[in-house]
Amino acid sequence: MIALEKRPQPSAFWSYAAPLVAVILTMIFGAALFAALGKPPLEALSKIFWEPLFGEFSFFYLPQLLVKGAPLVAIALGLSLGFKAGIWNIGAEGQYIIGAICGAAVALAMYPSEARWLVFPAMLIAGAFGGFAWAMIPGILRVKFGTNEILVSLMLVYVAEQLLASMALGAMKNPEGMGFPGSRNMSQMDAATSWISQSNGMHWGVVIALIAVIFAYILFARHILGFQIKLAGQAPRAAAFSGVNPARLILFCLGTSGALAGIAGLTEVSGPAGIVSIDFNVGYGFTAIIVAFLGRLHPVGILLAGGLMALTYIGGDIAQSSLGLPGAAIQVFQGFLLFALLAVDVLTNYRVRLVQRGAA
Amino acid sequence: MTDTLMTLDGLTKAYPGVVANSDVSFEIGKGEVHALLGENGAGKSTLVKTIYGLVKPDSGTMTLEDTPFAPAEPRAARAAGIAMVFQHFSLFEALDVAENVALGMENPPPLRDLAQRIKEVSETYGLPLDPSRIVGDLSAGERQRVEIIRCLLQDPKVLIMDEPTSVLTPQEVEILFETLRKLKAEGTAILYISHKLEEIRSLCDNATILRLGQVVATCDPRQTSAREMAELMVGGTLHVPEREAKVDGDVLMQINGLNAKSPAEFGTSLKDITLEIRAGDVIGIGGVAGNGQDELLGALSGEITTAAGQIFFGGRDIGHLPPDARRTLGICAAPEERMGHAAAPDMSLTENAALTARKRKGLTKNGFLNWGKARGFAEEVIERFDVRTPGPGNAARSLSGGNLQKFVIGREILQDPQVLVVNQPTWGVDASAAAAIRQALLDLAAKGAAVIVISQDLDELMEISDSFAALNEGRLSKPRPARGLTVEEIGLMLGGAHDMEVAHVD
Repeated sequence: MIALEKRPQPSAFWSYAAPLVAVILTMIFGAALFAALGKPPLEALSKIFWEPLFGEFSFFYLPQLLVKGAPLVAIALGLSLGFKAGIWNIGAEGQYIIGAICGAAVALAMYPSEARWLVFPAMLIAGAFGGFAWAMIPGILRVKFGTNEILVSLMLVYVAEQLLASMALGAMKNPEGMGFPGSRNMSQMDAATSWISQSNGMHWGVVIALIAVIFAYILFARHILGFQIKLAGQAPRAAAFSGVNPARLILFCLGTSGALAGIAGLTEVSGPAGIVSIDFNVGYGFTAIIVAFLGRLHPVGILLAGGLMALTYIGGDIAQSSLGLPGAAIQVFQGFLLFALLAVDVLTNYRVRLVQRGAA
Repeated sequence: MTDTLMTLDGLTKAYPGVVANSDVSFEIGKGEVHALLGENGAGKSTLVKTIYGLVKPDSGTMTLEDTPFAPAEPRAARAAGIAMVFQHFSLFEALDVAENVALGMENPPPLRDLAQRIKEVSETYGLPLDPSRIVGDLSAGERQRVEIIRCLLQDPKVLIMDEPTSVLTPQEVEILFETLRKLKAEGTAILYISHKLEEIRSLCDNATILRLGQVVATCDPRQTSAREMAELMVGGTLHVPEREAKVDGDVLMQINGLNAKSPAEFGTSLKDITLEIRAGDVIGIGGVAGNGQDELLGALSGEITTAAGQIFFGGRDIGHLPPDARRTLGICAAPEERMGHAAAPDMSLTENAALTARKRKGLTKNGFLNWGKARGFAEEVIERFDVRTPGPGNAARSLSGGNLQKFVIGREILQDPQVLVVNQPTWGVDASAAAAIRQALLDLAAKGAAVIVISQDLDELMEISDSFAALNEGRLSKPRPARGLTVEEIGLMLGGAHDMEVAHVD
């Protein structure tokens, strides 16, 4: 019989090895899955993990990696604050949408102004504020009325999606768009675009995500607030005893994650996406949850995990188009990554022991 | 002695890094009350868990009524006639007594029949209990009766009791003992675990003393003095704290008609508490668990904030201040629950040092933590309070209960507080460490600080307090000088026996 025995100390080895083992397990599982679907398993894996980085067309895929990775990293960093403290913001997707709408509203209202020094910073502030305000709804409801922030933030995603559709078809529709849904293309406005270098995949969202990694790292390594967030998540009573104000902590964590998601949405809509359209959101807010846990809620881990996740997105697309793998198989593959991580994670705090059954 | 009911032969159980039981053998006869003595970590819990089927021994055998006995799980042990009352109750507060009893049974009868049987058993054994009452409303003594009746319904051959009197008033202890003596007269064997040596002397027929997992002595407690038994447990001589000459200091803190609602659903709200806390004073606050101890500590530490005009420190109203602000003023506290309240189990000792000491020890600057300084403070606590751990980088949960308690108390004392509030400072701590903690509290008071000791251990309170007050259902009695109080007087201050009567032994 196999028994789990709690370690007196979390294992330092396993806390680093667990993500690697999880990735390896996922590859084995993926190979089996692809083989069962009648596709060459090793080739599929190499399409997913090798082709985007080192293949013939990597000059095209590498910038894509930045574009896909930046919003994942930015959102996941924000979420990790709350997750560490036991505050579950599941609605980053909604905050991402509202951030994009608010930022776009500023850009479109100021069109055709060419004052980039004014327009783009104003958009950033509006985007951050939009995400912040949307996250404050579950935050204030939880603090004042004790509602469950998981449900409220999740349901607000669907509200945000309806709002997005209404904007794309109504208030923000391009007046020169010949009746097609969608706003003016902001990526082509010099004053409003978030692109820095489109051919390299560099936009302001990438820069902000990297700065956020550094800030989050310092917050957790040295600042009392990072310590209190950790404490509140691990031992809520000890946190109260230490002097942490739970209501303020909830609002800070939700507000920060909302603002980061809002900025991610704004830099996406004014760059890679370009227009406010019905299908603007592609699930970054949800995938970021996986990224946050895959990165063990550690800023550097999240940076690496965001890169890995972006890789499976791009590599998955390649495998779909060149091998005809169904899209659902790629999603199962990504889902298994989180599953494997959570399973292997047990080894950080527990050791496996083989116990003999029966004999006493 | 009567016939042998149960024998343990050569029981050995090792955990990684520690041998919990090593070649433990003894016998229990029918109708015998057998005491199991030992310091914390001596292996008593492992031994009773082995008997109860929760732990499988590495080697050794047991027999029950001359047949081999090796329970694979508690269910098998219960079926064989072993019953156990744990130190920590496993009851659902929101359910009533009968429902709680039914949850612990293999095949519970219909609730109405069960309620009838609970009534019968409780009357037979002098443990009055209304089966329809909600457990959340019961006192600790009444909750224990639920556990005991749950066991008695199984008609046990051996009843194991782990520290049963730690939550009872002296009167309630007498009632429990009458019940146990009645069970003994019926032929039930009782394995009785306790630290309280006087109790064991009055109740038990035989005692087995464990130290570091081994049987070091067996004795007849009626023939052996408490001091001899204590020295057998510790394996040395006991150091008794000394009290320095008492000075009548200035009033540091004043509590005027404090009312506070408990944040916990079945907690006890504080009602109209008035207390004057003077420099150099050690105030002992006794009371049965669950009578507002946690809430009183919370209201003083700042975890529970109160309305204006109820708590003053140096003439300043501090009822609204959170814990950090009160620490800055000089009020430190150490709650009863070490894991998860006084300390974060998964965090290192360095982080746990920063948990309360950051203001008074200047561990932060502009919100940035100075980890080097925090580590230095943790090392100081470890060294000064003899905390046994490889170093401050270790997680709090890797420490034994007593060691973590030394760390927690040391962390507060070394912050040099003006008022220190501690709840159960030596609970679960072995005798020599408990003596060291008490001495440290007395030294702090001798330096001019006020110390409030909330404890359920009356011997401890009598040993170190200058004045004594009792908490009962959230009310605090008027403090009286501790010297010269009798056990009966204290018992009455604690609220008597909660309307119980002594068992009628026929």
